[in-house]
Amino acid sequence: MIDLSNIHVTFGKGTPLQKEALKGVNLTIEEGSFVTVIGSNGAGKSTLLGVLAGDVLANEGKVMIGSTDVTRKSTSARAGLVARVFQDPLAGSCGSLSIEENLALATRRGERRGLRSALGPRRREIFRERIAELNLGLENRMKDRMDLLSGGQRQAVSLVMATMAGSDVLLLDEHTAALDPGMAEFIMKLTQRVVSERKLTTLMVTHSMRQALDFGHRTIMLHGGEIILDVSGDSRKDLQVEDLIAMFRKMRGETLDDDALLIG
Amino acid sequence: MLSQIAFWGAVELGLVFAFVAIGVFLAFRVLDFPDLTVDGSFPLGAAVAAVLITVGINPWLAAAAAMVAGAAAGTVTAFLNVRFRILNLLASILTMIALFSVNLRVMGKPNVALINADTMLSPFFGLGLREVYVRPLFVGVLVVIAVIAVWRFLESDAGLAMRATGANPRMSRAQGIDTSWQVYLGLALSNALVALGGALFAQTNGFADVTSGVGTIVVGLAAVIIGETLFGARGILLALIGCVVGSILYRIAIQLALSTDALGLKASDLNLVTAVLVAVALVLPRLRRGASS
Ligand SMILES: Nc1ncnc2c1ncn2[C@@H]1O[C@H](COP(=O)(O)OP(=O)(O)O)[C@@H](O)[C@H]1O
Ligand SMILES: [Mg+2]
Repeated sequence: MIDLSNIHVTFGKGTPLQKEALKGVNLTIEEGSFVTVIGSNGAGKSTLLGVLAGDVLANEGKVMIGSTDVTRKSTSARAGLVARVFQDPLAGSCGSLSIEENLALATRRGERRGLRSALGPRRREIFRERIAELNLGLENRMKDRMDLLSGGQRQAVSLVMATMAGSDVLLLDEHTAALDPGMAEFIMKLTQRVVSERKLTTLMVTHSMRQALDFGHRTIMLHGGEIILDVSGDSRKDLQVEDLIAMFRKMRGETLDDDALLIG
Repeated sequence: MLSQIAFWGAVELGLVFAFVAIGVFLAFRVLDFPDLTVDGSFPLGAAVAAVLITVGINPWLAAAAAMVAGAAAGTVTAFLNVRFRILNLLASILTMIALFSVNLRVMGKPNVALINADTMLSPFFGLGLREVYVRPLFVGVLVVIAVIAVWRFLESDAGLAMRATGANPRMSRAQGIDTSWQVYLGLALSNALVALGGALFAQTNGFADVTSGVGTIVVGLAAVIIGETLFGARGILLALIGCVVGSILYRIAIQLALSTDALGLKASDLNLVTAVLVAVALVLPRLRRGASS
């Protein structure tokens, strides 16, 4: 379960570039629920995920993951609760380490790391099996450096890494945005499978209205640091991509009006 | 050509500096932290070991104390960088400069001689083997132990965390790795090894000198680069062996350059020769890459 209450985030407080990225966000997501997040550029989507991951500490408010108050916990201290896949395929793994070494890193996420060999025969076997499930032929390249893989392959491995260790929450920030359409589709199917198999509480930011409505149980739209739409159940089933686009237009129109007022 | 004595002398010195090379490898390559502390922690190790041995402490204990001192020096650099966000290079220069004074304090004078003192090597001199062989053999055994220990560490869960920290700190934090702690640990380990090199240098050469640290970092880096040029990037164990081989080859090259009369070089030209060798070693891989692409 995720519970965000009254989250305020202001970047560059007290400087001329001060920016209020989240303005009192309240959001409760029940255990195992898959929520898609949309919103225009700069709406605060990544900041919202950052608040959950620990990269961004809220200026105000409370962040609960499961029964743990993580509001002031660093990224590494809460990593056991949160798994992530980044937008940039290079960001989620170590290019200079091999596929199996990256998986070894991920199996100990949020746990103590001792002097035991990172790649014993048992672990190697498990890693191979997990990678073979991808059907990308990567199980024969376990010792290859990660930076020899394509962006899509790296994202696929990142997803496997996200599920190597148990966690409560999976955060996906436009994790298919950098991929070609075919690979993006593959990664989305994989995401779907992983999320339902492991019953992960998931937040997925996406730039695609189609994806936002097709996947998950609930969709929220952020605008100007606030949640302006929150649909689930039947009202979500009735929602069309066109409706979302119309809402986007309206939002953009409003901001234009605001700017016009300021300039005028 | 080199005389037997000059050759084995070069091998011995190369093995002593292999500890420096492995330390430099840990900081520069594993942690991606350009750490110049070594110019201070090498003579620190020599000073601590020499002073303790002259007051009658067991030389093995003295070497252990030298390692602790080196680890402390690395911790200071890590502290300046992590706690106060001082640029890594600058943080290490500050520690290095401070250590010049510290080393003088430790020794109380610029030079401490160990001529008739018992060292780690003393028990092995009476066993029938000639001294010129005993010394590189003894240091060589220690180097092998260090290589195996560092190799096993870097291939463990804990060591993998350190390698990840250098390769992708953001991802490492997302995996629950405390990257600040890794910087402390890595620099402490690195400088402990360098200081052990200093302690062995003092014992094999029979003295500790405050000026003996100048250029340590360049020598260590030269060894690392020569090793990489020879072995390429093919795993941790080969990289570590590369450090050792690179360090020995570097010393032999220096020895050859100095003993080739045709070149007319003197010992005082050593720094120039070193700089030229390191420059060549730095350029070589780039040329090779240029040729292959
Ligand atoms: N580290 C930062 N420093 C200053 N401003 C930031 C920072 N991160 C984000 N912002 C600003 O906060 C707002 C929200 O950003 P973000 O959450 O990245 O939006 P998006 O919805 O596009 O992911 C934007 O105006 C952005 O410029
Ligand atoms: Mg974003």
